[in-house]
Amino acid sequence: MDKVRRVISVVVANEAQVLARVSGLFAGRGYNIDSLTVAPIPDTDLSHMTIVTYGNRRVIEQIVKQLHKLIPTFKVIEHTEMVEKEMVLVKFPIEAPLADVRALCEAYNGGIVNAGTEMFIAMAADESARIEHFVDAIKRYHPLEVVRSGVVAMER
Amino acid sequence: MKMSGAQMVCEAIIAEGVKTVFGYPGGAIMNVYDEIYKQNAFKHILTRHEQAAVHAADGYARATGEVGVAMVTSGPGFTNAVTGLATAYMDSVPLVVISGQVPLSLIGTDGFQEVDAVGISRPCTKHNYLVRSIEDLPRILKEAFYIARSGRPGPVLVDIPKDITGEMGEFIYPDHVNLPTYKPRYKGNDRQIKKAVEAIVKAKKPLLYIGGGTVLSNAYQEVREFAELTQIPTVETLMARGVMGAKNPLLVGMLGMHGSYAANMAMSETDLIISLGARFDDRVTGKLSEFARYADIIHVDIDPANIGKLVDVDYPIVGDVKTVVNKMLEMIREKVDPDRYQVWRDILARYDELHPLSYTDSDEVIKPQWVVERVGELVGSDAIITSDVGQHQMWTAQFYPFDRPRQWINSGGLGTMGYGFPAAIGAKVGVPEKTVINFTGDGSILMNVQELVTAAEYGVPVINIILNNHFLGMVRQWQTFFYDKRYSETDLSYQPDWKKLAEACGGAGYDVTTKAEFDEALRSAMEGGKVTFINVAVDRFENVLPMVPAGGALYNMLLEHKDQ
Repeated sequence: MDKVRRVISVVVANEAQVLARVSGLFAGRGYNIDSLTVAPIPDTDLSHMTIVTYGNRRVIEQIVKQLHKLIPTFKVIEHTEMVEKEMVLVKFPIEAPLADVRALCEAYNGGIVNAGTEMFIAMAADESARIEHFVDAIKRYHPLEVVRSGVVAMER
Repeated sequence: MKMSGAQMVCEAIIAEGVKTVFGYPGGAIMNVYDEIYKQNAFKHILTRHEQAAVHAADGYARATGEVGVAMVTSGPGFTNAVTGLATAYMDSVPLVVISGQVPLSLIGTDGFQEVDAVGISRPCTKHNYLVRSIEDLPRILKEAFYIARSGRPGPVLVDIPKDITGEMGEFIYPDHVNLPTYKPRYKGNDRQIKKAVEAIVKAKKPLLYIGGGTVLSNAYQEVREFAELTQIPTVETLMARGVMGAKNPLLVGMLGMHGSYAANMAMSETDLIISLGARFDDRVTGKLSEFARYADIIHVDIDPANIGKLVDVDYPIVGDVKTVVNKMLEMIREKVDPDRYQVWRDILARYDELHPLSYTDSDEVIKPQWVVERVGELVGSDAIITSDVGQHQMWTAQFYPFDRPRQWINSGGLGTMGYGFPAAIGAKVGVPEKTVINFTGDGSILMNVQELVTAAEYGVPVINIILNNHFLGMVRQWQTFFYDKRYSETDLSYQPDWKKLAEACGGAGYDVTTKAEFDEALRSAMEGGKVTFINVAVDRFENVLPMVPAGGALYNMLLEHKDQ
């Protein structure tokens, strides 16, 4: 069976151990996590996790069911029609061509977010696949450090 | 009402109607033990090892159908309990295990007897709690019992720091739990059930595949009624032995790795599997690509994650077996034609004639299967039968005439050697009016042999029948079949004096080498009223047959092994 990439949102009770329960479930059952982001949902005692995973149909089905089984799990959304964004921060030496980098960032919903005497930091926010392209494109400017945020997603 | 955390634990146990708790005290749980000392609403049984405490609570739960409770201290007390938790988790047994923890201020400091209990137990409990405040304790205790027994049952750990058991707080035990994130589904989807019933009516060779879930949901009457009404042949898993009753003509037998020829062939040739509370374990399916190639599958299970996990299911029904089968009965009553499957039943009967479950008895040496059958003849359905893990477990499952659910207690999912004896103690404490017999091996029994002392102290007269082949028998069997008889570390020739060992701890012991001696020993053991070891010297090289080699197709069974 072919492996597919899936973005899954999990709404969980915002309580101690819950992240460990979710990540432990993936580790213990041998599922893959590409990225995992988590933050509280405003004005509730719930948290929203976005998990990017891949596997064949049966694995994805098990992941969803096993996530459902966790006692603190409120809702699991297997996204089909979604808006998906990921952020990336990239640090460049000050010698890198600022204008070129800025132009590139702007093509990916970003810009220069910090600059100092030794380095400057650029940001981009876009779909994961486009962030891959961005990271590829900026390689020629010899970035010092690249930090990706992981995906957040919302069903349309 | 104000009380200490320790008192709250006791009050919750009383409120939940638990009559007996198994455990072992230590530093971090001492406050609770102090409260246990002061009350007499429930009994506490001091096992000699924490693992045995959890197994005993597990045996109690399986025999009675109620929640079992075990209590252990922090650190090593808890880690010793982990095997018990994992055993109960794999077989979906409702347990609440309460562990002491170092005080809140010491958590995370590698304090004396500190271990991350919730972290360690996460993959082998249904849910677990670290209590962080006295205000949460009554709610957590209520939730623990509720989660343990509802939905697909399972063990729940409540880890309580010592300062919380000592702290005073307001105790209001909730009547209901409020867990918006946890909603087990009991009622199956009506449309799906209707479709399944239509498939059953149309099938030519349907097969009921009965799993341990039918025991857990107390669905045996419904399942028997369904089988009898429709006249559909039935196979049982290891965990479901007793659901149909040994003499039921519709029971083809146990299936799987050591299932009967007829049962495995039935599974291989059926055109419609009706799976009730079974989870398509690898010991049942054999090679997946060859499993039930001609069959559509109806899968009834309370745990949605069990459905479609290994095989594609045509009619998934998430719900409690008892509820769903009741609904199916209602729908199928008018449509049923019991003669429809006559040819299919005849084929299976023929398979059974060709290769019945059997063994070659001997007058020279006792065959282990004979012992199992003999106990069946002498005590039958009156007894609760537990077992350890190994060849003796399979012979018991194959040859004991199980007549009712909750009569057969063994570690199916995890395969825990050392389970049988403490589980037998728990079962006997839970159902004192029944004779409790534990079939064990000379390998398994030593893994929790210290419980002789527990059984003797509390006067729990369980009878352990050691089918002694001076081998780690099942591993020896695999070495014979698949490792060219290289018996690496499976020869257990060096043994204790079993009779003296039992006597030294306050029990009774018998060494048996003939059939007559066995009958006499069993009779004495039943009358003696003491914990007993009956050490039976059995054929050293007897194998469990038939056997589906691991990973092989279910229909390719080894039916005999001549080279012994």
